[in-house]
Amino acid sequence: MMRRCLALLAACAALLSAQPALAHKPSDSYLNLQVKEQRVTGRWDIALRDLEMAVGVDGDGDGNLTWDEVRARHDAIAAYALSHLKLASGGQDCPLQVTRQLVDRHTDGAYTVLMLSGACAGPIEKLTVDYTLLAEFDPQHKGLLALRYGDATSTAILEPGRARQELLVAEVGRWRQFAEYVRQGVWHIWIGFDHILFLLSLLLPAVLLYREREWVGRDGIKPAAVDVIRIVTAFTVAHSITLTLAALGVLALPSRLVESLIAASVIVAALNNIRPLYQRARVLFAFGFGLLHGFGFASVLADLGLPQGALLTSLIGFNVGVELGQLAIVAVFLPFAYLLRNGLFYRRIIMLGGSTVIALVAAAWLAERALDLRLPSLT
Amino acid sequence: MSARSNAPLLLAVLATFYNPIASAEPFTPASGAQVLERLPARFDPVQRELSRLRADLAANPADLGRATAMARRYIEQARRDGDPRYLGYAQAALTPWWSQARSAAPAEVLVLRATLAQSTHDFGAALADLDEVLRRDSASAQAWLTRATIQQVTGDYPGARASCARLLGRAPDLVLQTCLASVGSVSGQARASYRNLQRTLAARPDAAAPLRAWAATLLAEMAERLGEYGAAETHYVAALRADPEDSYLQAAYADFLLERGRAPEVARLLAARTANDALLLRYAIALQATQSPQAAQQRAALRARFEAARRRGDTVHRREEARFALELAGDPREAVRLAKLNWAVQKEPADLRILAEAATASGDAGAARLVRDWLRDSRIEDRTLDALLGAPAA
Repeated sequence: MMRRCLALLAACAALLSAQPALAHKPSDSYLNLQVKEQRVTGRWDIALRDLEMAVGVDGDGDGNLTWDEVRARHDAIAAYALSHLKLASGGQDCPLQVTRQLVDRHTDGAYTVLMLSGACAGPIEKLTVDYTLLAEFDPQHKGLLALRYGDATSTAILEPGRARQELLVAEVGRWRQFAEYVRQGVWHIWIGFDHILFLLSLLLPAVLLYREREWVGRDGIKPAAVDVIRIVTAFTVAHSITLTLAALGVLALPSRLVESLIAASVIVAALNNIRPLYQRARVLFAFGFGLLHGFGFASVLADLGLPQGALLTSLIGFNVGVELGQLAIVAVFLPFAYLLRNGLFYRRIIMLGGSTVIALVAAAWLAERALDLRLPSLT
Repeated sequence: MSARSNAPLLLAVLATFYNPIASAEPFTPASGAQVLERLPARFDPVQRELSRLRADLAANPADLGRATAMARRYIEQARRDGDPRYLGYAQAALTPWWSQARSAAPAEVLVLRATLAQSTHDFGAALADLDEVLRRDSASAQAWLTRATIQQVTGDYPGARASCARLLGRAPDLVLQTCLASVGSVSGQARASYRNLQRTLAARPDAAAPLRAWAATLLAEMAERLGEYGAAETHYVAALRADPEDSYLQAAYADFLLERGRAPEVARLLAARTANDALLLRYAIALQATQSPQAAQQRAALRARFEAARRRGDTVHRREEARFALELAGDPREAVRLAKLNWAVQKEPADLRILAEAATASGDAGAARLVRDWLRDSRIEDRTLDALLGAPAA
């Protein structure tokens, strides 16, 4: 009701706002592509309303778009559309042609249907789609892409900010796709500094014990390894739960909240190294905050786009990748920490100094994410 | 008016042709004179004005005054036609400033950006933009009012009340009182808010018609929640007389009639307004209640529209979609899932109502707890909810 208050004020008090528009649909185009070897075929449905805005279709301006008027603009429509869709494979363009133009109806009116045909230089494994249709007229326009290859279909939403996307095409498919998501998972944990710093904050004290208000080295690698395994397992179980729930659309949290809380989790973990509240707390931290980090991973996965036919495969692949990336970090960290654990360098500089630096960096992230400040070159 | 008889036919045609993955066969029209689409004519006064503004801006794309005037005009048009494409055009007009950091963007752009963010339910970003505007100029009535709206929609009643209070002396008295009554009526002061607004409206017979129509709608909703159905109907009828085209008002009145078991009247009221998803939903519910043979067609058309929105990743229709799942698709589990997702974002009385209905129908204990907690904490009074939950009237 209050929403209308604003809307009406727009009319009567020269103030304004917008109620969510429920009446019609926002602008979309439907891009359906099919890939076989190096050939690309497909159809692209673009609303006549949008084409009127972009190239002008209504010849006599009476508001009635006839087939004759649309037909007269077919060349202009094809030229406009093709200049705003670029396909490439293996670093080389795949030029497209419009072979025919037809008409179809969607829930919000009539669309021109461009029948497409083109070829890449060689068999397509990964198709790069660069989509800028209507971007200059309507930044809220989206291109809804369905890419078919063999029996599989993957989908993507193309829009400003995500105008250029890569889609994997695999004829036999599943394994390659799985491998690609594993790779993405590994890559994400390696470039995701907040996840690494969180994990490191929890792992730094694994080779130490807190005794009489001071950290001392642990005897033997076994208790240290057990500690590491417990922490990594707790973190893994927790983020797998939320990653799965979020990727399947069961749970959703606002990304700014998630990103802010992740930064806060790093601060808490790092501060606990400087003044430990409770040794065992690290396993609980790993689990509790791991739930949050799972939402962070899920947003990355959402950006990658999940193939409809292979949702589970890619979800598991991504998760496996995250775990492998994590194990690699542990494999580098543990021997190094174990060897150095008794020296002052490790206990003072790395453990206390490192934790302080981590807490400060994370505090800057938190300020940036929660308060939406832009701090110079911290990430 | 022929639109009345054509609308159901047109929808039937759309439902036949529509397929979300577009495997239906596209066609070549049989005749060159066949009309494929009807758009506003170029000589239409509104289109002439828009194209004049557009040309003017195209010649001076970096002119802040022209760009904000253009965006404002598009937003107004989106509200009038209920057409979200205009919101995209508004954003395009603001391109040179759209991605600027909050601290660097001009205040006029921030207010418009907040308005557009609100329309896609990005309430956090909208509030942050408004706070920046108010930090620079605490006298901006528009910023306070938009802020109050968002705070109320998201259930922050103390914040909304405080924002409304800042309108004192900065906006007309009726605007201030309506802002306050709107918050008060859902946070423990239902009867006092109703009386205040009634009195203020009576004392302002000279207020602009749209403002009076809006106040009457708000009074109707307040009376309905208080269980005074006779008074509610009088307010609805008065509001409809002042503004017969308003789609929010029609939806609220249709819900009132459906709740009172008067579906045939809803079918008559909305038969020509089904281009609007929210109104099509009420129309289809009314057809189902009267066991009309057209009910299945309208259900299919609605399903297709929700499917189209889902494909583009929109989540602003969850309240309507939950109601569709509950009342038309007979899927209470899906309804309660959507109602809970919707509740996490917005908390207007209609959101609470669908959450409660879906909770009751599905037996979902988590949703029922959300409703009970909110009833207790917000102190909202709503007889329909009391009846639904079997609780004694507050």
